[in-house]
Amino acid sequence: MTADEVVGRLRSGMTIGIGGWGSRRKPMALVRALLRSDVTDLTVVSYGGPDVGLLAAAGKIRTLVAAFATLDSIPLEPHFGAARQRGSLAMVELDEAMVMWGLTAAAQRLPFMPVRAGLGSGVMDVNPSLRTVTSPYDDGEELLAVPALRLDAALVHLNRADVHGNGQYLGPDPYFDDLFCEAADTAYVSCERIVETSELLKDAGPQTLLVKRAFVHGVVETPNGAHFTSCAPDHDRDETFQRAYAQAARDPDAWRAFTARFLSGDEDAYQAAVAAFHEEEA
Amino acid sequence: MTGAAAQGAAAQAATLISRSEYCVVACAEAWRDNGEILAAAMAPVSSFGARLAKRSFAPELLLTDGEAMLVGLDGEVEGWLPYRRHLTMVTGGKRHVMMGASQIDRYGNQNISCVGDWSRPARQLLGVRGAPVNTLNNPVSYWIPRHSPRVFVERVDMVSGVGHDRAAAAGATRFHRIPRVVSDLGVFDFETPDRSMRLASLHPGVTVDRVRQATGFDLVIGDDVPYTREPTAEELRLIRMVIDPDGLRDREVTAS
Repeated sequence: MTADEVVGRLRSGMTIGIGGWGSRRKPMALVRALLRSDVTDLTVVSYGGPDVGLLAAAGKIRTLVAAFATLDSIPLEPHFGAARQRGSLAMVELDEAMVMWGLTAAAQRLPFMPVRAGLGSGVMDVNPSLRTVTSPYDDGEELLAVPALRLDAALVHLNRADVHGNGQYLGPDPYFDDLFCEAADTAYVSCERIVETSELLKDAGPQTLLVKRAFVHGVVETPNGAHFTSCAPDHDRDETFQRAYAQAARDPDAWRAFTARFLSGDEDAYQAAVAAFHEEEA
Repeated sequence: MTGAAAQGAAAQAATLISRSEYCVVACAEAWRDNGEILAAAMAPVSSFGARLAKRSFAPELLLTDGEAMLVGLDGEVEGWLPYRRHLTMVTGGKRHVMMGASQIDRYGNQNISCVGDWSRPARQLLGVRGAPVNTLNNPVSYWIPRHSPRVFVERVDMVSGVGHDRAAAAGATRFHRIPRVVSDLGVFDFETPDRSMRLASLHPGVTVDRVRQATGFDLVIGDDVPYTREPTAEELRLIRMVIDPDGLRDREVTAS
């Protein structure tokens, strides 16, 4: 599939989970394809990074379900902050463990998972629909019932995959990409390189096989498709470009110029513009 | 060296100890006698404190590389701790984290989410991140490099880290523990009848009045507040020569 074909299967109003974490291994080529489309009015579930920033800047998020949004080396995501401050981004603000357990509940077809996280915190104040559940055992402890975060679609980016949807991560952390896929009715994997199934375990152990084909509905080869987030060991975060992104995001004129230069063409045009940007910087 | 000469040398050394060095030691003390748990810290001075503790009185502590690896002091990998397993260290209680705070109140409620009305904040910050799960499951201390009434507030705008009053009201005190708050002015704890914040020690050079003026609520202040302890000669050597030879601590903390 192509990134545009993936987005062609998405609809406005959907609940979409986006894998990765902060500014790490985000399916940015798929996010850029979303930006080119007219799909909007989304509920986005994410360990937020520039995926959230870009979609918020384009006005495509109705509701964000998240514990944070960050660029890691730059602590605050500027578009996320601006959208919240203009009041244009509704939020279901959860703790980061609550997001994991909400996805786990969805993957296991459970209505909720009991967690201690969130009790007594502002998360309960700003989400009045959250309920507690009492242990039926002798301890009688009252816990928070995190509702299942069932997704219409999941978008994740991995290092390798075969055409059938078996996805492999080669970096230090799987993040939660398998959970996103298992919690979703449809899931799409973009990857640095599509390889033969027989190639997957040539240089890596079986525990790198994170995503199973039974949960995947489409595979896209998008080299450098996590750019500008990190995708170890294939590439690190593009810190120079991320700084340029964050700087542009703080000023409307600069953001228009950034959009015109980088986000007005297809993925090939984006990658060419990034290469040209680095030649200028060098 | 005898009597007076030794005292003179000690006094001279004391005058040369920077505020940031008292802060590193005060942060390190958070992890004393914690056992074999993960010492987690985010900011420079609190991380230096964790490393100082491990290099001196708490060698059994676990540290991470800031990503997915458990590492020794020389960076040697000894274990794997991706986010999903890190959350198990939190909920299993084998971790003591020292977080930052954009706001903190008298009962230890902390905010890193946003300033102003949550539905349309005057300033959006990080979001609650893992503060709710941290505070209900494993000990959480705080490191605040610039003590001011804007940080030490009467009431936080969004409760990210849960304080004593809110934990009690939610019946969620089972694993809730806030051992200490360290700022550039002193060390604070909650050893009071109603679990409100108390000035536990002043860093040398700081007065009680200075702390009172920099705090936006009524602190519990005893009659005879001690000073934060002196670093040992070996601790000073470790901080200056081994842990932070570039002096990043003085960029985070300046005496005021």
